[in-house]
Amino acid sequence: MFSISQEIFRAMVEHARTALPNEACGILARHRGQAMKFYPASNRDASPIHYQLEPTEQFRTFQEIEEKGWELGIYHSHVKAEAKPSREDIEIAYYPEALYLILSLRDEKNPVLRGFWIRERVVEEEEIQLEG
Amino acid sequence: MTTQIVIAYPLRRLTGGLGKVEAEGRTLREIIDALESRFPGIRASILNRNGQVLPHLNIFLNEVDIQAREGLETAVQQGDEVAIIPAIAGGC
Repeated sequence: MFSISQEIFRAMVEHARTALPNEACGILARHRGQAMKFYPASNRDASPIHYQLEPTEQFRTFQEIEEKGWELGIYHSHVKAEAKPSREDIEIAYYPEALYLILSLRDEKNPVLRGFWIRERVVEEEEIQLEG
Repeated sequence: MTTQIVIAYPLRRLTGGLGKVEAEGRTLREIIDALESRFPGIRASILNRNGQVLPHLNIFLNEVDIQAREGLETAVQQGDEVAIIPAIAGGC
């Protein structure tokens, strides 16, 4: 079970909506099963079907997360697809220690957020609980 | 020149779990060669067969992406810090 506050969830949804028509991405620091801080980032590819988190932003965020002793969560949005890892998401998931969060705006009024572990191309879902 | 190398978590399996190592070299390319000498096999996780950085890998020199510098031919100085970090990417 991974818990996310309503405040962080709303920030993620707002970030994804602002990025339309392109996919949004960011980092979600986590600790002991809870989301600690959301780092909205830039999608270097600026594409509705692909994302790459801006490397400089990634590097700076990694530094802060490591300093605080937090763990990594990686978030991106799907503009029209379901909130589950695509084949590409699985193939280039280079961080087995990260919780991958996918937000679908397929129904823009009712965004869906799901979490997954992706390790050596094996996907395992993690239940997400919205708190507050 | 002795340079500190920050190794992102996914690559630490190649460095015996070490997240920070030191290497000698005058350029980033020489630094990677030095890493290969110490950790055989690591070069293949950084460079392709043509000696270019793999597409989903980012390398920073003192927090600046080397693509904004001279790439692997960027000169390094004593005390510089190099970070080798796989990209965060995907799609649908």
